Amino acid sequence: MAFLQIAEPGQSAVPHQRKLAVGIDLGTTNSLVATVRSGQADTLADAKGFHLLPSVVHYSDERVEVGRLAREQASMDPANTISSVKRLMGRSVSDIKSRYPDLPYRFCTSSETMPGIITPAGKVNPIQVSAEILKALKLRAEMTLGDELTGVVVTVPAYFDDAQRQATKDAIRIAGLKLLRLLNEPTAAAIAYGLDSGEEGIIAVYDLGGGTFDISVLRLSKGVFEVMATGGDTALGGDDFDQRIANWFISEQNLPTGLSASERRRLLDAAKAAKEALSSQTETNLQLTLDDGTTYSGELTALQFNDLIGDLIKQTLKTCRRALKDAGIDKEDISNVVMVGGSTRTLAVREQVGTFFAKTPLTSIDPDKVVAIGAALQADILVGNKPESDMLLLDVLPLSLGLETMGGLVEKIIPRNTTIPVARAQEFTTFKDGQTAMMVHVLQGERELVQDCRSLARFNLTDIPPMVAGAAHIRVTFQVDADGLLSVTAMEKSTGVQASIEVKPAYGLSDDEVTRMLQSSIQHAKDDMHARMLREQQVEADRVRESLQAALNADGDALLDSDERLAIEAAIDAMMQTAAGDDPGAIEKAIEQVDAISQAFAQRRMDRSIRQALAGHTVDEL
Amino acid sequence: MNYFELYDLAPGFELDLADLSARYQRLQQLTHPDKFATASDAQKRVAMQKNAQINDAFQVLKSPLLRAEHMLMLRGIELRHDQTTMQDGGFLMQQMEWREQLDDIRASRDSHALELLQDEVTAELKRRHQLLAEFLHDNTQDSNQRAGAEIAKLKFLVKLNTQLDDLYDQFSEDL
Repeated sequence: MAFLQIAEPGQSAVPHQRKLAVGIDLGTTNSLVATVRSGQADTLADAKGFHLLPSVVHYSDERVEVGRLAREQASMDPANTISSVKRLMGRSVSDIKSRYPDLPYRFCTSSETMPGIITPAGKVNPIQVSAEILKALKLRAEMTLGDELTGVVVTVPAYFDDAQRQATKDAIRIAGLKLLRLLNEPTAAAIAYGLDSGEEGIIAVYDLGGGTFDISVLRLSKGVFEVMATGGDTALGGDDFDQRIANWFISEQNLPTGLSASERRRLLDAAKAAKEALSSQTETNLQLTLDDGTTYSGELTALQFNDLIGDLIKQTLKTCRRALKDAGIDKEDISNVVMVGGSTRTLAVREQVGTFFAKTPLTSIDPDKVVAIGAALQADILVGNKPESDMLLLDVLPLSLGLETMGGLVEKIIPRNTTIPVARAQEFTTFKDGQTAMMVHVLQGERELVQDCRSLARFNLTDIPPMVAGAAHIRVTFQVDADGLLSVTAMEKSTGVQASIEVKPAYGLSDDEVTRMLQSSIQHAKDDMHARMLREQQVEADRVRESLQAALNADGDALLDSDERLAIEAAIDAMMQTAAGDDPGAIEKAIEQVDAISQAFAQRRMDRSIRQALAGHTVDEL
Repeated sequence: MNYFELYDLAPGFELDLADLSARYQRLQQLTHPDKFATASDAQKRVAMQKNAQINDAFQVLKSPLLRAEHMLMLRGIELRHDQTTMQDGGFLMQQMEWREQLDDIRASRDSHALELLQDEVTAELKRRHQLLAEFLHDNTQDSNQRAGAEIAKLKFLVKLNTQLDDLYDQFSEDL
C-alpha cells in the first residue's frame, strides 16, 4: 500500500523529490558527464568502465557511432569520422577552411552559411555532430541513474563568442536535453574546488589538454565570478609531449627511418605510456617491436623527460604572463591556481606552474574530470536539489557587443566584462524621407574595425512608419541572458510600432531548423515522435501548474483581486484539460496562455519580494 | 527607471558603497535567473528583465559620475555630450597644460615629476567632486546646470588620471 505524503501548511504540496541533473564537459578531445549522488559529485562511466568519451563521431550508411568505436575508424575512414568538432562550432565554412585547411572532411560548397559535411548518412553540420556526443552522454546518464534527466549544465570555453554558445545551445536542444545553464569551463573548475565559497580572490585556471592550452584569470568578489583575461594556444598540448619522447627514442636507438604507420602508432602509444609512468616514478622503460620483429628498448628518466619538454612548458608560462598582463595584475595577486586537463598530471608541469605562480597548484581532483564535476555541482543547485544553498554565480559578457557604424567602424553597445544578464537600448533614426527599413549589423569583439570582429547577425528593421528623415526614433534593445546569449527587439518610439526584425543567421540555425533537426534525430516512427512531444508538453504543463499553484497559495490572496485569480485559475484548468488530450501543439498554446495571463502576477511577486528584502523583512527572518 | 527607487535608497550623491553592495547581493539572490532555472517561462522572463535592471542600476549607482548624471536625468536635466561647449576657458587652459606635462614626462621618463602631477590631478578631482556634491545638493535650476558642467569637466579629469596611472604602471614595470 502506498503511503500518503502530507505537506506542511504553506509548503508546496509536492513532496520533496530529488531531481536528476547532470553536468557535461563537452570537450574538444574527450567529453564527460557527472552528477551529484549522496552529496558527492562524480563522473559516470560507460558499461565498460570508461569515464572519458572520445569526442569522435563516425557516420556510415548503417549507423552513427560515437566515442571509442568511432575513434577506431579514424584512420580507416577519415572523411566520415568527425573529431574535434568543437573547433567548428559557430564557424562559417570559409572560416573553417582558412583555420584548418587540412581537414579530411568533404564540405558542401554550395552555401556560405552553416557548414555541411557530406557523409554516407547524409549531410551533417557541426551542431548535429555535437548533438550525437551529447546524446551518447545522455543515454549513459539515464542508464546509470535509471530515470529521465530534469536538466543539464554544459560547459563552454570562457572565450566562446555568441555564435559558438548559440551553436552549443542548439546542439543541446537537438540532443533532447533541457539546458539549465551554459557555464564557463574555468569557472566550473573553480566551483569543483569549492572556491566559490571563499571570500575574495583571484584564481588562475591552467588547462593543458591533449592538443590545446588555455589559461584563464578569474576574479571572485562577493559571489561574482568575473573572467578577467583568457589566453591560450590551440596547437599545444600533451600530444606534443608524446611526440618529443618518440623523437628522442628514434634518435637514441638509431631507429631506421621511414617507420610504417602502425610502427609510428605503437611508438606514440609507448611514448604516452612512458609519459604517464613518469608522473609517479623517476624512470621508465620504453619498448618498440618493429614489423620485422626486431625489438628496441630504452630507459627514460624523469630528468631527461623534463629536458625534452622544458621549452613547451615555458611556452605555456609565457602565455600565462601575457594573460596576467591583460588582466592588469601581478603574479602575487593570484590566490589560487587550479589545474585542469590530463596533461597537468605531468610532474614537470605542476612544478613549473607552481614555481611560476609561487603557489602550490590545486591538483586533488582528477584534472580530466574537474570541469564536469564543477558543472554537476552547479546543475544540482540549479535544479533545486539544494534549496538552502545561496551560492550564486554571476557571469560576465566575455566579448564586447557592438554595431557597425559609418566607415566600417564598430560602436560598442555592451562592453566586455559587463555582468549579465544585461539589457541596453540604442536609438537609431532614418536618414531619408519616407525610409521604411534599416539594416543593423551586430558584431562581437574588442577591435575597432568591422572586419576584425565576429559578425553575429544582420537585422533588417522593416515596417518603420514613413516619416521625414530623422523623425523616426527606433529603439533597438539588446538583451544578453545568463548564458551570454543575445536577443534583439526593436520599436519605433513615436508611434509605438514594433518594427519587425528579420534575423539572417550567418552560421546559426533558426528555431524551425532546430525543431526539424530535433525531429529528424529521433530515428523512430512518427508515432514515437508524437508520443515524445506530447509527453514533453505534458511534463511542461505539470511543471507550470505546480509552480504557479505554489505561487498562488503563497501570494494569491495578497497580490491578486478575485477576478484576476479566477482568470489565472481558469487558464490553469483549461491547460490541464488540454494536457489530458493528445495534441502537443494545443498544450503548448495553452501553456503560453497561462504564461501570458500570469505575467503580471509574477511581476508583482518579484516586486514585492524585492521590497520586503530591502526593507529587511526577509521571509527567513520572520 | 529610477535606480534609487529600485534599490530603495533616498536619491542623493552621497552613498554608502558597502550598503549598496549589500543591497545588490540581496537583490541578486532574489532575481538572478539561476534562481528560476525550473520556474515557468513567465517567471523566468520577469526575473531576467528585473535582474538586468538591477545590474544596470548597480553600475550607475556605484560610479559617482554616472550616479550624478542619473540624478540630473531624474531632475529632467539632459546632458548634451555631443556638444560639450566648454565655457570655462581657465579649465581648458589648465587641461592643455597638464597634457603637455604628460607628454614631457612620457619622453623624459621622470617618475618624480609624474608623481607630482598625479598628486595635483588627484587634488583637483577631489575639489571638483566636492563642488559637484554641493551643486547637486542645492538642487536649483542654476545649480543643476552647473552640476552638469562639472560632470563634463570631471570626465576630462578622470580620463587624464587614467592615463597617468597607466604611465605609472608602465614605469614600474620597466624597473
